[in-house]
Amino acid sequence: MNRPDRRSFLKFAGASLGVGVLYSAYPAALSQGEAGGLFAALGQANGEKVAPFSFVQLSDAHVGFNGPPDPLGTKALERAVDMINALPQQPDLVLFTGDLTHDTEDRDVHVQRMKQFQEISRKINVPVIRHVPGEHDAGLDGGALYREFFGESHYSFDHRGVHFVALDNVSRAKPEVGAEQLAWLKKDLARFSKTAPIVVFTHRPLFDLRPDWEWFTSDGDDVMNVLSAYDNVTVLYGHIHRDDEHEIGGVQHYAARSLIFAFPDPAAVAGPRKPLPFDKDHPFKNLGIRTVSFDGKAHPGSHALSVEDIELTAREFRGINGVHQLLRDPQV
Amino acid sequence: MFRSRLTKTISTAALCLSGLLTMTGANRAHADDVPVIEITAKRFAFTPDKITLKKGQTVKLRLHSEDVTHGFFLRPLKLDEEIPAGQTTEVTVTPQTVGTFTTICDHFCGTNHGNMNMTIVVE
Repeated sequence: MNRPDRRSFLKFAGASLGVGVLYSAYPAALSQGEAGGLFAALGQANGEKVAPFSFVQLSDAHVGFNGPPDPLGTKALERAVDMINALPQQPDLVLFTGDLTHDTEDRDVHVQRMKQFQEISRKINVPVIRHVPGEHDAGLDGGALYREFFGESHYSFDHRGVHFVALDNVSRAKPEVGAEQLAWLKKDLARFSKTAPIVVFTHRPLFDLRPDWEWFTSDGDDVMNVLSAYDNVTVLYGHIHRDDEHEIGGVQHYAARSLIFAFPDPAAVAGPRKPLPFDKDHPFKNLGIRTVSFDGKAHPGSHALSVEDIELTAREFRGINGVHQLLRDPQV
Repeated sequence: MFRSRLTKTISTAALCLSGLLTMTGANRAHADDVPVIEITAKRFAFTPDKITLKKGQTVKLRLHSEDVTHGFFLRPLKLDEEIPAGQTTEVTVTPQTVGTFTTICDHFCGTNHGNMNMTIVVE
């Protein structure tokens, strides 16, 4: 088989919705030709051919939180729902990567917050919505209330040839996955070939992004050791309330923005973590839509991305800046 | 006269020592003669919120929770302790790296958990 150049087929398109990121496995047009051959070979190797689809990641809505620093309440979440519903091509899935609600010690109040989150998120016109908890959902009661509303906090499912794994690194109160879940993960992945595309979604980063801000998972290395047996792993997470992209050991880690307020660049702040101040003149700043266009016209012959800021810090991206790790050259 | 001067000298020394201990939060209450630093955890703060250690000097940290379970985490000093609700946890540390470090509670303890931290300075 002629193996296409990586950039010629890894045309993942995405629209970061501020809080959310739209990922496309690959545009339908690329299912033909060389790329089609590649995906057919992947299908043979993995038992199921990857079919074109897209999904959205949303994170950190903190329903029930009521500033400072951000007095928007649920407005950003509601806005994200409207934006997803207005997408020209509806995604197949929405993944919420935790902190759906803000914590409270009053169980009745937390129940109301979970209900409010569900009422808003149910308006998303997408067939499948999946969640993992954040520490504000599950840290105080070991995830008991979360499970009443959303089911198990770690699980997996297959969708169009991609294996999705939900990992819970918050319910033990500390930033950890734990031995039991690690054993489950090994068992869950055992049936897959080395080249199977795997998307892990979780709340906290699985690597030491900024440990003194609690931006880490203490046994994240153990998780990544399990995942290191597989070539095509993407990790999506939230928690840090800002965009982030790291490639570690061949695995791409992506963080989505929050729907409530933003944290600063950890590389630019030496001391303790503090949210970015709310800007009443730009209430959705750092929470709005990000559009990045894969635009050969802007830079002929290149794969440069053109980034456009429009009203409410809305941007959109298309091209290899999406989940380009979702399907790597499988060496088949 | 001599006795009075001696008493004054001892008092002054004690005051100086007291000042030093206050600065570091340390005392030598234990038989093994390792300085002990008492730290209290209570939502959503540590008290004291800053201590100073000396590079290479072993100290014992006595961590006491006055309410719920807290964590005490500082990667550069390899500290990762659990302080159960209402209990005391002891940990011995010999810092080898000079710097100013932020120690966090890494056991989720409530709505302002993310701001529960203290500073450890190693000189």
